[in-house]
Amino acid sequence: MPDPAVLEAVDVSMRFTVRGGLGRTATVRALEHVSLRLHRGRTVALVGESGSGKTTLARLFALMYQPTSGEIRLRGEPVGVRRGSTARAYYSEVQMVLQDPFASLNPMHTVRHNLRRALRLHHFDGDLEERMHELLRRVSLTPTQDFIGKLPHELSGGQRQRVSIARALAVAPKVLLGDEPISMLDVSMRLDLLNLLASLRDEEGLALLYITHDIASARYLAEEICVMYAGQLVEGGPAEQVIQNPQHPYTKLLLEASPDPARTVSAAGQSSFLPIADAGEPPSLIDPPGGCRFHPRCPVAKAECRTAFPARTSAADGHWTNCWLYTSESEAS
Amino acid sequence: MSDDLLEVRGLTVEYVAEGGSVRACDDVSFTVRRGEILGVAGESGSGKSTLITALTRLERPPAVTTAGQILFRPHGVAEPIDLVPLTEKQLRKHRWRDLAIVMQSAMNALNPVLRLGAQFTDVLRHHDRGLGRAGAERRTEELLSLVGLTAAQARSYPHELSGGTRQRATIALALACGADLVVMDEPTTAVDVVMQRQILANVLRLRDELGFAVVLVTHDLSLLVELADRIAIMYAGKIVEVGTAHDIYHRPSHPYTAGLRASFPPLHAPVERLHGIPGTPPDLRRLPSGCAFHPRCPKRFEPCDSVVPRLSAVGDQEVACHLHSHDRSEVVDA
Repeated sequence: MPDPAVLEAVDVSMRFTVRGGLGRTATVRALEHVSLRLHRGRTVALVGESGSGKTTLARLFALMYQPTSGEIRLRGEPVGVRRGSTARAYYSEVQMVLQDPFASLNPMHTVRHNLRRALRLHHFDGDLEERMHELLRRVSLTPTQDFIGKLPHELSGGQRQRVSIARALAVAPKVLLGDEPISMLDVSMRLDLLNLLASLRDEEGLALLYITHDIASARYLAEEICVMYAGQLVEGGPAEQVIQNPQHPYTKLLLEASPDPARTVSAAGQSSFLPIADAGEPPSLIDPPGGCRFHPRCPVAKAECRTAFPARTSAADGHWTNCWLYTSESEAS
Repeated sequence: MSDDLLEVRGLTVEYVAEGGSVRACDDVSFTVRRGEILGVAGESGSGKSTLITALTRLERPPAVTTAGQILFRPHGVAEPIDLVPLTEKQLRKHRWRDLAIVMQSAMNALNPVLRLGAQFTDVLRHHDRGLGRAGAERRTEELLSLVGLTAAQARSYPHELSGGTRQRATIALALACGADLVVMDEPTTAVDVVMQRQILANVLRLRDELGFAVVLVTHDLSLLVELADRIAIMYAGKIVEVGTAHDIYHRPSHPYTAGLRASFPPLHAPVERLHGIPGTPPDLRRLPSGCAFHPRCPKRFEPCDSVVPRLSAVGDQEVACHLHSHDRSEVVDA
């Protein structure tokens, strides 16, 4: 059994009100009853397509919104949206790395300024300069004196993302939330950034949330994978179990659709691209389908899929899914 | 009739700027066979998008094609046509009828204030003056049904459609006049993996039915390995390796190809610790001497920082790397 969760979402739902034309309003049901736990020294990958609610969950963890229902707990204590010094206390433990390293660093200021601000905001009282060099070493931007005086535009995307990580590490957090941290980087830089995140997790015991649309990278980095579809978590568990033995029809679709050259290149040199049938698109979250939101696209949908979201079925190894295929009706009621 | 539909020879594209020009494509040569899917893979700054705009003669200043030929042999034409010296007016005869393009962003490729159907009939009637309105509408429906869209969707404006539907529509539009060559620039980068596979499965099926060739540019080598017949790898404005998808995946010859291939973690094969390629892609304004990849190359040796390797045949592949130069064959074993 792992330690108790450092940070967890307990049954959170999130609804946004959006204004249309002519004073009309609509409700976006972005997240429905999502629970997710982050543990010290472990990575949870949250996988899903765009619009599935991955970023909304990360923002709830970052206390950018108050969930419509449910709560975020830090070491078991419920936390709400905060300001001032209580917010600072939270952010000294929970930090976020964003997708776009071009937008997340102040372009007018050097790496030194960007790092120093984080340290000062959190009242660091040691040798600032030495700590900054130490942070740059930690993210392998060495020799550090070559990088500390640079402006963001003088760095590559990968180097910028390392600076963002160094800045997040400035407060010695316990939890790092990575929202698509590698998707804007050049392909040849991505693995080394994942390796860096893995070493921070292993050596400093960081609890890591890795949000991605790329299930192969989730498998590479994470011990646990959770799959999200249209605001609902549909499957999760040990990474290898989820990848090699997917249960939910959506997870199966996602795995089939993901590029895997090893699967299809035959020795004859004929590539045999695995086609998938047109299976529609994810629904609008303004008026999502009832029950399991995947049912309009699901090849094995049954009557109950349209009316109610299924209860969770779990296996002994921690692999779980929410799907009527595996739920007998007596259990659900 | 030759089997080669397109033959690019020594194509060089420069961005002219004050204080010197930048070569985004440098002496690029390759061929595309009829009905073939040629993938072009590279990172940002490798020149792959510049290559696409030069191939379709859509480059705009400051980009200028300074050297090379693009020999094109569309159906019904005996002698190859060199696209490079053609005027815009001459090119118009070939656009859509022989050569079509699918852009990365369907939103920008479609006219936002015209219904989808109107954009199809516009193209169809421009290229076939004898086609009446009813005929054009019928043909529009046929084209949309090729990519799984309905006649009802022809009455939509682009903003009313999802990104995936829009991208399918631009593919149908590219096929409107029976082009021999469809050039695609990151056609599925803006859509999710499920839609990506649906769209590309459609492209593949239509290629089999209609026989057009595709040049497909993307940064996603793992996808190309599944999809393409042959793959060209670009680095710093040059093609560093060309080979069949199978060889590129199983027997990469250039160290950059090998590094790029190893940069995609496997989906099912056992997970091992992988490394990307050290360093960063070079700034085209300050290219390293010799082979532009040498500062990042794990196998660099004596000539790499001084002599530019030429693309030359190694078995069925073509590689630009000193490890495979004939006069240095003794070094390969080292």
